[in-house]
Amino acid sequence: MSAILLQVIVSGLLIGAVYALFSSGLTLIWGMMNVINFAHGDFVMLAMYTAFIVWTAFGGGPAAAVPVAAIILATIGVLSYFLLVRHIMRGPMLAQILGTFGLALLLRYSAFWYFGANFKTLPDDMLGAPFVVGSIRIDAPRLLAGTVGLLVTLMLHLLLTRSALGSRMLAVSEDATAAQLMGIRPERMQAVAWALAAGATGIAGALIATFFYTSPTVGETLAIVAFVTVAFGGFGSVPGALVAGLLIGVIEGLSAFLIGPVYKDVVVYLLFVLVLWIRPQGLMGKA
Amino acid sequence: MVRRVISLAAILVAFALMSDAVAQQTVKVGAIYPLSGNAASAGNYSKAAIELAVEIVNNAHPELKDLPLAEGSGLPGLGGAKIEVVFADNQGTPAAGQNQALRLITEEKVIALIGAYQSGITVTTSAMAERHGVPFLNPESVAANLTERGFKWFFRATPVAGDFARAYSDFLKEQKAAGQKVASIAIVNENTEYGNSVASVIRDVFAKDGLNVTQVIPYSANTTDVQPQVLQLKEKNPDVVIFISYTSDAILYAKTMKDLNWKPAIMIADNAGFNDPSFVSSSGALVEGLVNRSSFAPGKPGTLSALVNDLYKKKNNVDLDDASARAMQGMLILADAINRAGSTDAAKIQAALRATDLKVNQVVTGYNGVKFDEKGQNILASSLITQMQGGRYVPVWPNDKAAGELKLPYKGW
Repeated sequence: MSAILLQVIVSGLLIGAVYALFSSGLTLIWGMMNVINFAHGDFVMLAMYTAFIVWTAFGGGPAAAVPVAAIILATIGVLSYFLLVRHIMRGPMLAQILGTFGLALLLRYSAFWYFGANFKTLPDDMLGAPFVVGSIRIDAPRLLAGTVGLLVTLMLHLLLTRSALGSRMLAVSEDATAAQLMGIRPERMQAVAWALAAGATGIAGALIATFFYTSPTVGETLAIVAFVTVAFGGFGSVPGALVAGLLIGVIEGLSAFLIGPVYKDVVVYLLFVLVLWIRPQGLMGKA
Repeated sequence: MVRRVISLAAILVAFALMSDAVAQQTVKVGAIYPLSGNAASAGNYSKAAIELAVEIVNNAHPELKDLPLAEGSGLPGLGGAKIEVVFADNQGTPAAGQNQALRLITEEKVIALIGAYQSGITVTTSAMAERHGVPFLNPESVAANLTERGFKWFFRATPVAGDFARAYSDFLKEQKAAGQKVASIAIVNENTEYGNSVASVIRDVFAKDGLNVTQVIPYSANTTDVQPQVLQLKEKNPDVVIFISYTSDAILYAKTMKDLNWKPAIMIADNAGFNDPSFVSSSGALVEGLVNRSSFAPGKPGTLSALVNDLYKKKNNVDLDDASARAMQGMLILADAINRAGSTDAAKIQAALRATDLKVNQVVTGYNGVKFDEKGQNILASSLITQMQGGRYVPVWPNDKAAGELKLPYKGW
């Protein structure tokens, strides 16, 4: 295998891990409460601006920006739940869709108003030089984001499947009334889910900001990938998002390199449709 | 009760008369730009530039006396009427642009349109203007086919793809004669109207001039990752690369080329994203020596372009860039035509645009003047070649317009 082809695969895996990282929050919300958060991409955008502010105002790198963004976004997540989602969940399906979509537009245009339309970037050498292994170059910010992506996905998975909190959350998602009879407060669990999902999204955004541009509409670009990743991996499945993210990253990279960049979306979406055709619940979703 | 009704009616009539009087003192022009979406940053700079053009026309600026309409206030041809610009957001999509054009024409009743930045959106918005018989001035879209549609109401002030392609070709041939290697040339273009048409014009002109285009990489500008494109370049390793990109992708290319450690000996950017002030401030340090084109350079202090640039900088804290300067020039051309038409009648404005004859000293951009041919193309438009040197673009070619010396090979980061 040529060195360049190997580089394509490595780069694809790295960007794929990042896709998984910013998709985990979306899939978590869906798994917990059957709500699609259309504001997900704009949550990522807010986290990216947080990272930018932490750097410009305090000179802090990702070590500071990641926890700050996680806390701020978790707070925004809880607020979104109590002020908006809790109410629209009682309404018809359409209200749920339009509700979070409205939130997305509110966040996006608030960012336009406050930050302006300019593109911002963090300094390129913030995390030092790329790692060079043989002829393969691994960009430090992407490596960090990819690694944290794997860790966050793993931790969310363990939390959901191995902890008492996770069991309570799953109980609420399966049957809120029955859970309530068992002494679990559904609203509290759902608020925790929003805090976790938005917090994970905060971590994702703060890390993506180290190698991507930040603008008020960046959430739009990223959200499409997140929705595809989540549908591909199976709605509600955190490990599914990880596998799908990595797959999409590598397939995109290979098809763009071998066939041409304009065809990569064709290949990815064709595969996407095929997977849904054979397994409508996604790769790892529950039927 | 009757008295109350009468007084209410009187107030209403007074309001109606007043608003009528106000309407006579302003003329409404619609401006369609990407105020949100991926090109929002460039669109908002263009908006600021158009606002300054209107401010110059509406108020007295004796220091800019070479510029038509700057010295006095308002449009003397319409009894001193002021221009009011209604901005609309094309959201970066042809469909949204088209809807906004329709809204401006039918609801806002604008007498002329200006816009719409992206070539693909200028296609749809100007078609709407054509259907309604409203003059459309396009200051910046370069796709060749825009003036090949037989439109009667479409006027374009900017130099077009063919002009740039010839400039790049002459420039590269000169570098070849000076000993630079230009044996293999790659073109990387975003794949909407703008990128595709400019790429194909460059290929045609280069083929005629014996320049060897060895690789063409079209891609979607709205992408999350450009690593495969850069790796395709790295594999073939061409001597020259020409990028035709918008802002978000331009930033990703600058970063990714550094990450993957690849650069050509000569790197050319076809304006657009690489000229966006937010690209220059965020990524300028990663593309030292990048060759670009521009229709605007601030010039020496005291010149018209420098004075206008100072006014713009005072308000917006950045220099006029190529795209915003062309937008401003477009608004000034339109104002001049409306003034000479002496009327808000569409046909009279159209005739006045056709008769436009601005001299080289009457324009802010580096055009040799403004004069439209029967297709609506400004035949006096021209552009110069600049190079990124120490965080800003300096005109380096042709020699009679150069303000700095060309430095090759491309340095990058």
